[in-house]
Amino acid sequence: MSRKPLKLARRDQYGRRINREHLPALAYGVPYLSIMIGSLLPMLVIAGAAPLVPPLGLMLLIAWRLLNPGILPVWAGVPLGMFDDLFSGAPFGSAILLWSLAMIAIEIIEARFPWRGFVQDWLTSAMILTAYIFISTVLSGARVNGAMLQAAVPELLLALLVFPFISRIVARLDRLRLMRVKPS
Amino acid sequence: MAPPSKRRPGFSRRAQYGIFTGYVIAGAGALLGAVLLALSLWRPASFNGPRTAAHDVVAPVGAASAEARVDGLSLIESIAGYLRAGSQNAKLKREVELARIRLVEAAATKQENLRLKALLGLTESDLPPVAISRIIGSTASSARRFAYLGAGRNDGILPGMPVRSPRGVLGRVLEVGATSSRVMLLTDSQSVLPVRRAQDDVVAFAEGRGDRLLRIRLINLGINPLKPGDVFVTSGAGGYYRPGTAVAIVSSLTNDGALAQIISDPAATDFVAVDPVWQPKAVQGAATPAEQELTQ
Repeated sequence: MSRKPLKLARRDQYGRRINREHLPALAYGVPYLSIMIGSLLPMLVIAGAAPLVPPLGLMLLIAWRLLNPGILPVWAGVPLGMFDDLFSGAPFGSAILLWSLAMIAIEIIEARFPWRGFVQDWLTSAMILTAYIFISTVLSGARVNGAMLQAAVPELLLALLVFPFISRIVARLDRLRLMRVKPS
Repeated sequence: MAPPSKRRPGFSRRAQYGIFTGYVIAGAGALLGAVLLALSLWRPASFNGPRTAAHDVVAPVGAASAEARVDGLSLIESIAGYLRAGSQNAKLKREVELARIRLVEAAATKQENLRLKALLGLTESDLPPVAISRIIGSTASSARRFAYLGAGRNDGILPGMPVRSPRGVLGRVLEVGATSSRVMLLTDSQSVLPVRRAQDDVVAFAEGRGDRLLRIRLINLGINPLKPGDVFVTSGAGGYYRPGTAVAIVSSLTNDGALAQIISDPAATDFVAVDPVWQPKAVQGAATPAEQELTQ
């Protein structure tokens, strides 16, 4: 018998299997932390005259929720949306409302279409992101005109195209989340 | 095969109640969000405290990322510069010659200005800026156009102060934290700025549209005298902005004015200066509807 299967039996993609277990802080913290960093990033990366960067916080929230339905409760949109509101420039309360509605919408869609697949996830996210970007533009506290809605279109297209990439990142983060690092 | 639904966890009462409570909290949270949203649309300054505190906390991160962003931009610029060095060199030589001529003309105008001002008994009121800071971030994914500066109340910044870059006007300070402040950019759709055409006294309002353009609305309606390429500068009306700072270049005409490109794009800006309010008394005294829009 070669040594390789034995080695594989001792460790998998989450690390050593013997004498190690998941770290609760990592397992519960990574989703929230990554979404909060996603809320901060659009503010830090670029300073532009028109909106361009997709709403990374919401996209990460949707991606986590669709990839791994068990880890974020339905009400996770409330605290995370509150954090996003501090930095997004939208009037306070906008993300609390819209992120909660997004979580409830995903719940309803899952009850109605219980099958899983990436295309369905992408369509779900596309629907939610489209609604989110236009509703948050309308509720932004500014006088809404056609030009503003037009200016939101590039951001929306970018968000739809970037979503598969975001869900790959979330898949990687999910592996990080379940790393066995704690000695048992 | 469809996976088993999470909503029916079996006969465990505890699990059932847990799921039910989750839905109740989510619904209540959405309602709370709606109430807070209505409140902050009604009174936009309601949640300034927590917001400015949060920005003070992330300001150091923003300062670091601003540095990286500007360095990255200049790296790309220098690579692009190598690629078109020859043609650019020739073009720059022609431009420098023209600029020398214009400089002499400008010197003459300056002298004449001095003479006329001496006649009128006006003194030069070139106040030094209150603070010089980096743009540490902006609301890049929101419909509102705000930028954040890495200087705040501790540096003497107050709400209402104009912000300018070396190229021209950038916007106006909206709220101030201890070490950071929020600036409403010219392109925000709540921003209104009194301007005049650089070469004559065609006065207008420059309103943000929420995209990259400003809408120039002429005050005297009639035959539209504007042409693409006209430069607009601040007129000083309202008392916030010092007159004569560059704002925008007309790119296309409309029925009641024009659409204009902003001259000082925040994406291309590194350091900005926060000026004191130009005429505080005029700001206090102003009570016209247009000014109410300005101070909002």
